[in-house]
Amino acid sequence: MAARIQISPRPKKGEVVEVRVLIQHPMETGYRRDDVGHLIKRNVITTLSCRYDGVEVFRADLSSGIAANPYVQFYTVAQTSGDLEFYWVDDEGKQGSERTPIQVT
Amino acid sequence: MRRRQFLAGVAALPAAALAQVDPLDPLVWVVTNGAPVKQGKVTLTLPQLADNGNSVPIRIVVDSPMTEADHVKSIHLYSEKNPVRNMANFYLGPRAGKAEINSRVRLAGSQKVTAVAKMSDGSFWQDTAAIVVTLSACLDES
Repeated sequence: MAARIQISPRPKKGEVVEVRVLIQHPMETGYRRDDVGHLIKRNVITTLSCRYDGVEVFRADLSSGIAANPYVQFYTVAQTSGDLEFYWVDDEGKQGSERTPIQVT
Repeated sequence: MRRRQFLAGVAALPAAALAQVDPLDPLVWVVTNGAPVKQGKVTLTLPQLADNGNSVPIRIVVDSPMTEADHVKSIHLYSEKNPVRNMANFYLGPRAGKAEINSRVRLAGSQKVTAVAKMSDGSFWQDTAAIVVTLSACLDES
């Protein structure tokens, strides 16, 4: 599961940073049927969390009501240079993670 | 004078009656535990019309200083007609700096969408936006 994370580059300490995350995932609702009429099993990302230097700064419970390839944009305050780590889990139990460094000037 | 009061009341009615989440709704009750949900502070932005319900941009802004003493704890999104009515919950904290979330949702038909925000002082605020969806997010084979 690939993900793309974008943050404003080189924020100043104390600056509010925009964080955008886009995860490649079908977010299968469980209401669609395949060609032979069988329901396609639900498979959505249920939890997405973001840690900044090991401290959780954002978490989201998602559902089938979120569009495929879920996109979430939120904000966090730049404190120290470090890593933004993302974790997510889908219905199949597959976990994904991605990290981006934040360089505070 | 009575007539004037009545007319003023009628004029004030739609805003209050239109955009209300039912505080007795079990999905909302789980979050609020019966606390009143007030109108205000939250701004929910949706396009007025979406051609395709499969991906609709949504923006939620909560008026809050986001300090340790006064911040938004969580934002809950409810749909009126989706099969899964609680679309998403977002958990924030003072480290967010700014209480704003942007995302994209699926909507099964024209409906109202409500955002409820829980503040650190235990109060709840909400906003509702109506949207017309031309092509619903697929619930059946399509």
